[in-house]
This record gives sequence, C-alpha cells and structure tokens, in this order.
Amino acid sequence: MSDLIRKTAAQLADALAAGETTSVEITQAHLDRIGQVDGAVHAFLHVDAEGALAQAAESDARRAAGGPSSALDGVPIAVKDVLATEGLPTTCGSKILEGWVPPYDATVVRRLRDAGMPILGKTNMDEFAMGSSTEHSAYGPTHNPWDLDRIPGGSGGGSAAAVAAFEAPLALGTDTGGSIRQPGAVTGTVGVKPTYGSVSRYGLVALANSLDQVGPVTRTVMDAALLHEVIGGHDPRDSTSITQSVPDLTDAVRRGATGDLTGVRVGVVKELGGEGYQDGVQARFQEAVDLMVGAGAEVVEVSCPTFVHALATYYLILPAEASSNLAKFDAMRYGLRVLPEGVQSPSAEDVMRATRDAGFGDEVKRRIILGTYALSSGYYDAYYGQAQKVRTLISRDFDAAFEKADVLISPTAPTTAFKLGEKLDDPIAMYLNDLATIPANLSGVPGISVPGGLADEDGLPVGVQILAPTMADDRVYRVGAALETLLADQWGGPLLDRAPSLNGAS
Amino acid sequence: MTDTLVPWDDVLAAYDPALGLEVHVELNTHTKMFCGCPAVFGGEPNTQVCPTCLGLPGAMPVVNGKAVESAIRIGLALNCEIAEWCRFARKNYFYPDMPKNFQTSQYDEPICFEGWIDVEVEGETFRVEIERAHMEEDTGKSLHVGGATGRIHGADYSLVDYNRAGIPLIEIVTKPIMGAGAKAPAVARAYVSQLRHLIVALGVSEARMDQGNLRADVNLSLAPQGTGGLGTRTETKNVNSFRSVERAVRYEMQRHAAVLDAGGSIFQETRHWHEDTGVTTAGRAKSDADDYRYFPEPDLVPVAPSREWVEELRGTLPENPVERRARLQADWGYTDLEMRDVVASGVLVPIEETVAAGASPQAARKWWSSELARRANDAGVDVVDLGVSPAQVAAVQTLVDAGTVNDKLARQVFDGLIAGEGTPEEIVAARGLAVVSDDGALGAAVDAAIAANPDVADKIRDGKVAAAGALIGAVMKEMRGQADAARVRELVLEKLT
Repeated sequence: MSDLIRKTAAQLADALAAGETTSVEITQAHLDRIGQVDGAVHAFLHVDAEGALAQAAESDARRAAGGPSSALDGVPIAVKDVLATEGLPTTCGSKILEGWVPPYDATVVRRLRDAGMPILGKTNMDEFAMGSSTEHSAYGPTHNPWDLDRIPGGSGGGSAAAVAAFEAPLALGTDTGGSIRQPGAVTGTVGVKPTYGSVSRYGLVALANSLDQVGPVTRTVMDAALLHEVIGGHDPRDSTSITQSVPDLTDAVRRGATGDLTGVRVGVVKELGGEGYQDGVQARFQEAVDLMVGAGAEVVEVSCPTFVHALATYYLILPAEASSNLAKFDAMRYGLRVLPEGVQSPSAEDVMRATRDAGFGDEVKRRIILGTYALSSGYYDAYYGQAQKVRTLISRDFDAAFEKADVLISPTAPTTAFKLGEKLDDPIAMYLNDLATIPANLSGVPGISVPGGLADEDGLPVGVQILAPTMADDRVYRVGAALETLLADQWGGPLLDRAPSLNGAS
Repeated sequence: MTDTLVPWDDVLAAYDPALGLEVHVELNTHTKMFCGCPAVFGGEPNTQVCPTCLGLPGAMPVVNGKAVESAIRIGLALNCEIAEWCRFARKNYFYPDMPKNFQTSQYDEPICFEGWIDVEVEGETFRVEIERAHMEEDTGKSLHVGGATGRIHGADYSLVDYNRAGIPLIEIVTKPIMGAGAKAPAVARAYVSQLRHLIVALGVSEARMDQGNLRADVNLSLAPQGTGGLGTRTETKNVNSFRSVERAVRYEMQRHAAVLDAGGSIFQETRHWHEDTGVTTAGRAKSDADDYRYFPEPDLVPVAPSREWVEELRGTLPENPVERRARLQADWGYTDLEMRDVVASGVLVPIEETVAAGASPQAARKWWSSELARRANDAGVDVVDLGVSPAQVAAVQTLVDAGTVNDKLARQVFDGLIAGEGTPEEIVAARGLAVVSDDGALGAAVDAAIAANPDVADKIRDGKVAAAGALIGAVMKEMRGQADAARVRELVLEKLT
C-alpha cells in the first residue's frame, strides 16, 4: 500500500506545499488503490481516471507557477453521485437516471474545481439517498471495509467506504436524516452535517429540500474542516443559502486538538440512548463522555421529549417533499425511457408510467406513495401539517437544551454495521438506524460523527455524535477534535489503523 | 352535437347568473420568474432555457424581484391588501410541458388579496371584488404534429418548447360576481377590458390578448331566480378577446339554462371556447377529486415585502380610473353623453394616445368612437385589434387638417390602414386620394358645371348665393369627392358674381 494513500488531506496538502510529492502522484496512488480494492468494496459508481489525472496535472502546473488555488489544491476527492457534475454521469443510484450526464456543476462541485481538487469519481448511494445501508442502490451495494459482508451505512455508504478504504482522502456526502453521519459511524470515519443553509444545495438532486445538506466525509476532523471551508458559504443560486459565513473551522479544530475542554458544557440527550442501543455502542459512548469529563468538560443530562416523535415526523416530511421532487423523472427530457409493452401508439402518460415503474426501486416507490398520501387533500392537515408543527416543537427542545449545554452528544447510530440483507425486508428496522441523527435535520442544527472505538461484541466501529446550535458549526469541530485527540492518545493512533488492509481483496 | 340554448329573455326570467373571472397576466420582466433566462418571445424552440427552467435534477429556483414588484403594483391598483409574508407553493400534477411536473405557484398565501375595482356598464357601476392575485410560472408549449386539428388527439407525435416555461404570470381571481343579471356578459367584458387598461397603464405586461399575454377563464353558474345561491359552475378556458368574454358568458348562460330546464345537472368541468363558431365544448372533468397536493415550496424562502417598499410602490401607481376619467373629460371638453359613449365602446385609451400623438380631442373621438368602433363591431373584433394605431389616427387627422384629404377620403385611408397598405401618406399617394385644389383643374370643372346648369348659374348671378351648393355638388361628383370644396365654392362665386 502506497504511503500516500494513508496520509490525511492535511498531510497531503503539506507535502504538496513542501514539494515532496505531486498531485499526479497522489491522484495516481488513489486510482491504483481504487483499482485494487473497489471490486470488493464497490464504493464507486463511476471512476474518472483520465479527468482526475488531467486536473492533477493542471494543479501541479499551477503550483509550479507559484499559485495554488487553495490549501487543498491538488488533493483528490470523491463525490457522492447525488451531486451534479458537468461531463460526469450522475445517477443518484437509480436506473431512471442511467446515462444522464449533467450539463452543469453543482455549486459545491464548482467550488472543488475552483479549489483545484481533482475529482476521482462518483460514489455509490441508496437510490435517491433513500436508505441507511446503500443496499437500495440500483447498481448493487457497497461493502463495509471493516467487514465486507456488512453494510457501510447509508445513504452515503459509497463516500464513507471510499474514505475508510483509503480509496480517497476526502469525499462529499449529503445528509438528509443521517446519510453522512451514520455511514461515518459504521465505517470508523468522520462525517459532518453542516448547519442547514450554510452549504449550497444547488446541483444536489433533492431528496427532501428542507432537510438536505451537503457535507464533508473524511478520516480526521481537521480534514473535514478544511473541506468544509472549501464548500461552505453563501450561494445566490440557492435561495435557502445563509448569507452570513460560519465561524473559522480550522481554528476551532486547532483549539480542540489540545484536548482541553475546560468550561465546555456537554449535554447528554436522555432520549438518544438506552433502549434499542447496542451494548457496545453504549459502552464506547460512555467512555467518550468520561474522557470529556476528564478533559474538563461539564457534563449535564438534558431531556428533549419531542425527539421521540422525530422519526414519525421525518417519515411524513421527507416522503412528501420527495414525492414531488421525483415527479420530474418522467422520461420526457432525460434519463431512462421505457415504452409500455403491448400498447399501440403509447401516449406521453403511458410512457411516464412505464418508465417510472421500471426506473424506480421499491424503496423509492414506497416513499412516493407515502408522500403522495401525506399531501393529499383531506389528509394534509393530519399528516404534513401536523408534522411541521412537531418539527417546530423539536426545534424548541433544541433551543431549551442549548441553554443548558454548549453542545449535545449521543451515539451516532444505535448499532454497529449490520449484515448485508439483514434489514432489507424490514423498512421500519432500517429507518430506526437514523433515530439519533434525524432530529438535527428537522431543526437544521450542525452535527458531526467521530469514531468512538470498536464495540466489544463485534469489533466494529461505533460513532459519537456532537450537535451544536445553528451557525455554531465551530463548536462541533472544537469538541470533535478534542474527542479525536483524547481517543487517539488512548488508542495510540487512529482507529482506522485497526481496519483490515484489504490488500488483495479484489 | 349542438347544444340546446334557451332564449335570452327566458334565461333571465328564471335564473340569476353568478360570474367569476380568472385572468392570467404574463409579465414583461426581462428574465423568467425563477431563473435568469430571457423572458421574451420568438426565440428558436428551447434556446431560452437553463437547468432551472428545464427542471433538470438538482437545479433550484430564485425569485425574480421585479416580478414581485409587478405583482404588488397590480395588487395595489386593484385595491388589494399586500401580504406582509407569503410563500410559494407547489401545485403537483403531471403534464409533459411542465418541466418539474409541478408548477411553482401560490396557494393559501397569495401576495395580494381582498381587493376590488369598479366597472361601468351602460352608466351603471358594478363593484367587482378581487379575491386574490398571486404569482406563478408559465408552462412550456406543446406542439402536436400530424392529425388534422393540431390537438393532441390524433397527432402522430408531439414536440415541446420550454422557452415559455418559467415566464412570470400573475393570476387575478375575482370573487363571485352576483346580481349582474342581464348585464352579466357586459360586466364580464367591462371587467377584463378595464383590467387590461390598468395593466397597460402600470406598464407591467404587453397585455395583448391575441398573443396570450392576457388570458381569461370564465366561470359561470346559474341559480334559480331569487334563491341567492350558487349553482354548479363551468370554467371556460382561454377566452382571448373582450368580445369573446361577453359572448362566452352569454352562451354558457343559455346553455346552462337549457340543461337545468330539462331537469339535468351541470357537470363541473372545464370548457373550450371556439372563437369561430361562438360555442363552448366540454373539456376536462374538473371535480373536487382533482388533488394538486399543494405544499409550501421548500426551495424558496418566504416573500416578505416591507411596508416601506409597498408604500413606495403605491407612489408609482397610475391615477385611479374614476379620477382619471373625470380629468380627461374636463381636459377634452366632452359632454357626459360623449364620455359615456367613449368608455362604453372601449376607446378611452386609444383616444388618449391619439390626443397625445397630436390630434384634437374632438377629432380623436370622431374617428375612434364612431368610425373605428363601428368597423370593429362589423368585423367582430375588438377596436384595439382592428389594426389601426392611435399614432396612425393622429396622422390621418393631420392630413385632414392640412386639407390633403377630407373626412370622406379619410375613411378610405382607414380602409388602406386596415388592409395593411402602409402609412397614411403612402396610402393617399398609392390610392390617389389627395384633394384637388389646383385652380386649373377645378376651374375647368366649375366651367363645365356652370355650362351644364344654366338655371342654377342664373340664380346665383341674381344674388341667390345659397344656390351655389348645387354647383359645388356637381363639381364634387365630377371629381369623385376629391375636390377642395371650399376652393370650388370660391371659384363658383368668383365666376358668377
């Protein structure tokens, strides 16, 4: 295994700045690793070796001329297939978009290009980001690098697995109910869901517009902060984009990395733990809390009683918005077109019906039906309207909790990675995996998942989630970096050092 | 199948009509409602499109501030309340010319609500209450190829042009207009006509009905007379001239009455208006089962116009129509009867523009109120669609004032203008319409007339100057009306006295 792929993005940036390596070398090393292990992991739906190497060569030329575009100029990245990339296929893990090549870049993708970051390819995901295991991808599941028989989380299992398997130093994910944080937890990586509106959604193929947020998928908290600073900031193309900028994140990481949490009030959310949470998850979480106390944090228990309704609320709002968003996939302008069998001169409506029937998977159809029902006349007030009210109450619970604590913490996911196929026939069991991550999306607050160690019973990674008030993203980075430092000191190195090498895996 | 119609007087004897109008106004903003594409007509198909108005995956909308401004100004001119806070909503339904398969519109939170305008019909004022005016985007346009009718039925295939998709629309909806009785058709017409004048005065739309910038849907229901209730309504879509609005209301009243008289029920449905035959035909059944699953557009933030801005926009409004009419009547010196006639025939704005182009108020009224209004009526078109512009009317009057043509010849100039033969000057030249005032030509004609009418000539020689009219008439006839009558008179008197 090349040394280059084991380095963090921050280390690669330093090595590039010091002239110790080139972007082409780094990019080629990652492409080689993809070639070596992705047959087994299946993190990528599309690899753009030629494009990535060309961008790497441009980066090297820029640097030689003395003008790198950004701190991460030349550091390659993988992009979740739900983000529009000009000239690169974008399928959202769905058959209905097979072969579609967008004529434009998502704003975050444009910012990666402007920062000089070569794009390695597009990562696998649950179809239209609906799922917690990546098993709902129409192109086959991604495998967890810790145990190839297990799920890598979802919907962004591809991005998390790519980073965990050292196929990419960085990746972009999107988080609607935990799709960045939960894969981070089960693959032993770092995932951040920024404050809603602080990273542009333009070019993100919407699952649920009021919940979606793009964020970093990395191996360290510092790498997440570096990437977050590249993609964040106001975008006039996204009306929900916040005009003020988030506080300095890399500075927050440096402060946190001292391992000192003196004076920080940490709230343990009573409702996000206990019953339904695996023993090994609870044990690692308690250790993290104890470490933080040892580092000077003041730990308090807080109660957010409405969080118990978060899952039900989420599964009304998300399908409602999704059912409308997905209406555009009608075979008229792009993507799949299926002609109905046995119909003479089919009408446009016949073609729409046949295409949507053939192009969408079961989970997508399930949520379209749920959403259509929730928005129907006569049911709107009882379902969608009521869910919006509960959403307000959840935000109030957050407000009250943040009066008592600077950050809130919980396990990221109730379990470690489960076996592929284990929950595929039980949608509710699958939905329950997002229990702890969903409240943040409903209220828009930022959250991070950092590796918390391995569960005793199965030796698989556990994630610790840290949440902060809206626009206080710096707090999740400071506390996340502190916990990362404290744990690394205890382990004597990063958690991923203990993951299987996957050499010869393919 | 032809509909059975009840004679007009019988409809009125048995039923009270309730009228409702929904008018879509296409704004003349430079760019579309939610993206930066040009909002102009005439481009090659699908050249004025982008990821947003094509509904490409991932693209997002951004509200056009100018369209919001136009919506507020329309609302203020209609005496509406302007919402302090309102949202866009998605209206979900599948249609191939709708890029996202939902229309971004407004639902229960329109930007303008609770307004009114007064319209005048035969000297009586009706107050039309406005329920709401809201913002939305237009759809693309389907072109059905093959088949005989250009309609989707029987077509070989269809093409869609998305240039129009996303052009800003304001939909203005009235409350039910009750109690208009026999005047219901005229009230409908007067409302749409006045609304158009207002839109033109605001400068927010081209407001050409023939080009679809202003599209009217007519809702109509009948209730048994005196019950004060509301019957089942039909919605006649895309009635695209003032005259058609009037005719469609009348037709639907007569058709509804026939159905109800026969003991039948009116189906709640949309109906198509056929301009050529003057009838409506059944369209899509529109029942309460139509469910658009409206919900607030999550990609847009609420629109919250500040009160300061609203007041600033109020300051930019044109004069209110009642005050404006009073001012114009005083300026122009029209009698009440003349003014009422002008308003009723829908020529107030053309007269104003003709006066602005240099004609006298009396001359402008003479041409628009009698000559052109009559021609429009004969041709079955709205006078503004006749093909004669206010500037041309002023130019014709300039020719009359200069003695180049007389009123009679001017009518022939209008023939030429309607036929599209060029400018008034070109038509005068091409048709040889100029008045002859050359003494040589006129003198010869006068001599001939004197020779042909010796008795008349003698009377004039005896001092009966009034008899000159007969000789002048003979000369005019001889010269096919193109003689300068005043000069002929002078010549006759010079030669005989």
